[in-house]
Amino acid sequence: MPDSIPQKRHKSPIIPYRLRRRLAPYGFLSPFLLLFAVFLIYPLIRSILMAFTQSYGPQATVFVGLENFKFLFKDSQFWRAFVNTVYFAIGAVSIQLPLSLFLALILNQRIPGRNLLRFAFFVPYLVGPVFVGIIFTLFYTPRYGLFNQTIDFLFGFGLDTRWLTNEYLVMPAIIIAATWTIVGFYMIFFLAALQSIRKELLEAAEVDGAGTLRRLWHITLPGIKPVTVFILVTSTIGAFKLFELPYILLKQNSGPNDSALTIVMYLFQTGFESGDLGYASAIGWVLVAFVVAVSYAQIRLTRTFREDA
Amino acid sequence: MSLKHRIALIFATTLVLFAACLTLLPFLWLLCASVKSNDDLFMYSFLPHNGQAWWDVEWNRLTLFNFKRLFSEFGFHRYAINSIFVSSTQTCLVVLFSSMGGFALAKYRFRGIHLIVTAMLVSMVIPGEVLLGPTYELLYKFGWLDSYKALIIPGSVSVFAMFLYRQSMLSVPNDLLDAARVDGCSEFGIYAEIVMRACKPMTGAIVLMTFMASWNAFLWPQIVLQSRENYTLPIILAQMISLYWSEYGIVMAGTVISIFPVMILFFILQKEFVGGLLSGAVKS
Repeated sequence: MPDSIPQKRHKSPIIPYRLRRRLAPYGFLSPFLLLFAVFLIYPLIRSILMAFTQSYGPQATVFVGLENFKFLFKDSQFWRAFVNTVYFAIGAVSIQLPLSLFLALILNQRIPGRNLLRFAFFVPYLVGPVFVGIIFTLFYTPRYGLFNQTIDFLFGFGLDTRWLTNEYLVMPAIIIAATWTIVGFYMIFFLAALQSIRKELLEAAEVDGAGTLRRLWHITLPGIKPVTVFILVTSTIGAFKLFELPYILLKQNSGPNDSALTIVMYLFQTGFESGDLGYASAIGWVLVAFVVAVSYAQIRLTRTFREDA
Repeated sequence: MSLKHRIALIFATTLVLFAACLTLLPFLWLLCASVKSNDDLFMYSFLPHNGQAWWDVEWNRLTLFNFKRLFSEFGFHRYAINSIFVSSTQTCLVVLFSSMGGFALAKYRFRGIHLIVTAMLVSMVIPGEVLLGPTYELLYKFGWLDSYKALIIPGSVSVFAMFLYRQSMLSVPNDLLDAARVDGCSEFGIYAEIVMRACKPMTGAIVLMTFMASWNAFLWPQIVLQSRENYTLPIILAQMISLYWSEYGIVMAGTVISIFPVMILFFILQKEFVGGLLSGAVKS
């Protein structure tokens, strides 16, 4: 029996070796490519076409030309959603970015238990947005919720604040919950960037008499700039896709006076609650255009910054 | 280290320590809420205690009643099993398809490779929200709506995972593969025996990323699922918090169970996860 094994190996194969090697990559790629074509390329093209139609559920579809986009620009609810989303994006990014950088700067120092601390900030990232929404729903309960109790304990006011029913407090409440989940995630990237800065550079600057702040400004911050731009762009894109958190916090609603209606929530409502997939696709493409434009602007602006400096 | 520096560091450390406690507070609170009766839930911030002394905890008032009711009245095991099945299947498919694809792109030169890579990069830039409508329509035509297939199959193609695999496979030396070929190893054997073994850390990272995304997914399941018996955990809990809003204890118990599996997986795979995460961001 043992003799039969090497014999099998040397048997001439049905497909010659060279051909086999040339065909192999297609074989490896085919399952991925099939799914890629069916569930990414096809829907992408179809979605462009759908943006020019109006539909009532997936069956009845009418071509309407540019009507969807014309309507969109006059649709006050869409603009409400747009303004809310931009508000969230600016608020969330301008808090999360400095905060995560600050945490990373401190947790990059040799302080006791820093691995444990890093872990503590990262853990909320593992909790899905729906579960975060559920936890914070109870957190924000006026009088009995822990959030107001903590604020009352620390500052002596705000026990009765109605975070989720006051139209001006809804967005700040959402920003706080979102910050809780994501800050540790960005912190990890900043930490990796900080560790890649060469130690000799910092030591040389110290020898030359540069203080902590000057070293931070002239060596550390320029050194982590690529990662900062990456986080800036990623967090902005993520912020524009806000949906689950407000949707759960406001019990599958858009909040008082549509104050927590986001672009994706509006897309979901028009496409899957009212059944107009065409209009939803149009909203989707406006979102794409906006996200691409903002990311491009962020990358360009940060680049000119570097040339000046 | 100067004295000034040291004082600043101590101050900053205290601040961060305080912030870390605040960050972990919701978890502690969630755990406490899940073992309190409905009467005690809002009476006490954390655990039921005697009068003003919070350390004098009345342990006998704690209860597993919420967990019991969750399974007996709400049939929670059904949704947990759905979630486990959907997330694990999807994770296996993503690992299989994207590693095979990544292998082809990393270790072979062939016609059409540039076109494929460009198409994938473009698809990565475009937010998935525009795909919701057409994919829904497609699954309607397939007759797949309201099924596990609708949850698993469209999500089993991950361009991001494929690029991560490609990147980590590039570092496997070609000489090793050629040596295996000379020894009579088949192309699939090279993929399965050599390359996949060398990329184990990346597989760990991708397993966690995919499982987490699938486990926590809400928007897509909310769109395609209709019948209750197909619901995943986020869907049923979202419904519970919106409809049974007085039964907070039960919802909290459900949330505790739902966030548990991802945490365990993270504990097992944390090194691989962080490594994979950073290699995707910093290098590319």
